[in-house]
Amino acid sequence: MSTAEAPVGRPPPPGTPPERVRELITPEGIDLKLRLADMSERATAFFIDIAIMVGILVGGTLIVFLFALGLGRRSVEVIAIIWLLGSFFLRNFYFMAFELTPRAATPGKRALGLRVTTRNGGPLGFDAIFARNAMRELELFLPLSFLSVYGREAGGWGWFAGLIWCAVFVFFPLFNRDRLRVGDFIAGTWVIRAPKRSLELDLASPEQKDNFLFTRDEVDAYGIKELSVLEEVLRRKDPPTMEAVASRIRNKLKRGRAFGESDQQFLEAYYRALRARLETRMLFGHRRRDKFDKT
Amino acid sequence: MAELTLKSRRFREEREGEWRKLEELLARAEKTSSALSDDDIIALPVLYREALSSLSVARAISLDQSLIAYLESLCTRGYFFVYGTRATLLERIQAFFRKDWPQAARDLWRETLISVALTALGIAIAFALTSSDTSWFYSFVGQGMAQGREPTATTADLRATLFGGPEQGFLAVFATFLFTHNAQIAILAFALGFAFCVPAAFLVFYNGLTLGAFISLFVSHGLGIEFGGWISIHGTTELFAVALAGAAGFRLGWTLAFPGAQSRVEAMSEAGKKAAIIMTGVVCMLGVAGMLEGIGRQLVTDTLTRYAIGIAAIVLWCVYLYLPREHEP
Repeated sequence: MSTAEAPVGRPPPPGTPPERVRELITPEGIDLKLRLADMSERATAFFIDIAIMVGILVGGTLIVFLFALGLGRRSVEVIAIIWLLGSFFLRNFYFMAFELTPRAATPGKRALGLRVTTRNGGPLGFDAIFARNAMRELELFLPLSFLSVYGREAGGWGWFAGLIWCAVFVFFPLFNRDRLRVGDFIAGTWVIRAPKRSLELDLASPEQKDNFLFTRDEVDAYGIKELSVLEEVLRRKDPPTMEAVASRIRNKLKRGRAFGESDQQFLEAYYRALRARLETRMLFGHRRRDKFDKT
Repeated sequence: MAELTLKSRRFREEREGEWRKLEELLARAEKTSSALSDDDIIALPVLYREALSSLSVARAISLDQSLIAYLESLCTRGYFFVYGTRATLLERIQAFFRKDWPQAARDLWRETLISVALTALGIAIAFALTSSDTSWFYSFVGQGMAQGREPTATTADLRATLFGGPEQGFLAVFATFLFTHNAQIAILAFALGFAFCVPAAFLVFYNGLTLGAFISLFVSHGLGIEFGGWISIHGTTELFAVALAGAAGFRLGWTLAFPGAQSRVEAMSEAGKKAAIIMTGVVCMLGVAGMLEGIGRQLVTDTLTRYAIGIAAIVLWCVYLYLPREHEP
């Protein structure tokens, strides 16, 4: 499908550095081109989860407390057990329980369209999920308890050394290519972006008849990269942007604005013409990367 | 006109229906996999393969970014469903107890031995030191843990701690507290193994030290036999569980330092998963130990029975974990 010298594939969507794309060849022989989650996305997902956990803990404690008030001393035992077990399971099994579901993601990860998966593409077992989440003890709870309790007892240089020791685990993801936590590292997993997408309208479907005709030279002015930018502009439908882009293209094509033609109509028509031209060329083996590509 | 001959658009129009069907099936499957009928289960892999083929074609002929992104996302979701784990929770639990846990425990026998030896060493050292000079006791046992069981305490006081207990109504709370506390420590010991075994080894060793100091204290008051019963009813299970947790940690740290023939990353992920299985078992064991300690020990005050329960427990654990099975290769 591709010529040897041209880099294969379309450019990654804006905002995704190409080095975050990982190959996953399915047994059917097709590369799914997984995108790893960014650090910022994972941090956001994590804070959402922590907020939920704290919310549940506070809410649960309040409910348990109210019950204790209502039922009197006899029920204190049951309530204490519920609280102890509840907070234990919340701390250790909140992440695990959600990652064991078919979506393999906690609510925070779901909100950001992330999921956990194994690095080799195999099924995600309970052992891997346990391993990656038990390590949170080292990455999160130990540094927290160190900062709040143990650190004060150690004092001075001991405190400083402890801080560095904790930082090694907390900032581990920043120092490897795949953004692995310690937990991901030992469990053979990573976190990828797998958002649900809906099928958008095809911009090439003719809603109204075009009154535009473009010459061969005009449709040869741009390449695939420009086409994808144009596609974004058209999907976003932001009038000032469309106006700016339309005037840029008109200048490039040395084409005046015809009477009664709106910017959007012009851009849509040009998008169709350009895409038709580029796709035809692609069928014959020419992938024109961008406007500087003179092949 | 260009539109009439745009192949990518015709391609999309022809296949769109199937993509949407797959999307709808996946949306249901991701909620609960039992939401699919038999027909759906049969249809899904076929639709998934069609979508994959569409993706491959789309990459070759279409320049519609959103279409390719949609197909990639759809195929990825399909892939995870088709090639993901299918076992139900019940099947997974069964496999864990029947096969995974004992197998992992046997694989880690070397680490377990080291872990047990470290605990024993800790007990011996603390016992010898505390017996020679009682002031050592305070180095091994923190204030919070001693709870009055100190070298200055009288024999009667010490005896009371062995045979009294918290008031009856709170037994279950006590058991729960012990379970959550110990399980938390065990998980920490496992996680600490990552730092080249050292903190995990220290934790296991320290566990032995504390016990050794207590043994010495009670022996010096002539309560050695009774203390043995008091500790062994739950202690055999609990110490064994902590030793296993330490072993899991050792496996992690050791593999990190010496990954062997595999690459470090691969070796670590294998070791991590194996250790995680052990740890799941350890949490179960600590649940049992918590019940034995919190409830069993308060109700059974006869020293001989306590010994019997403790020994029976450790024998059962060893038989369960280490007795060779038939169905194994």
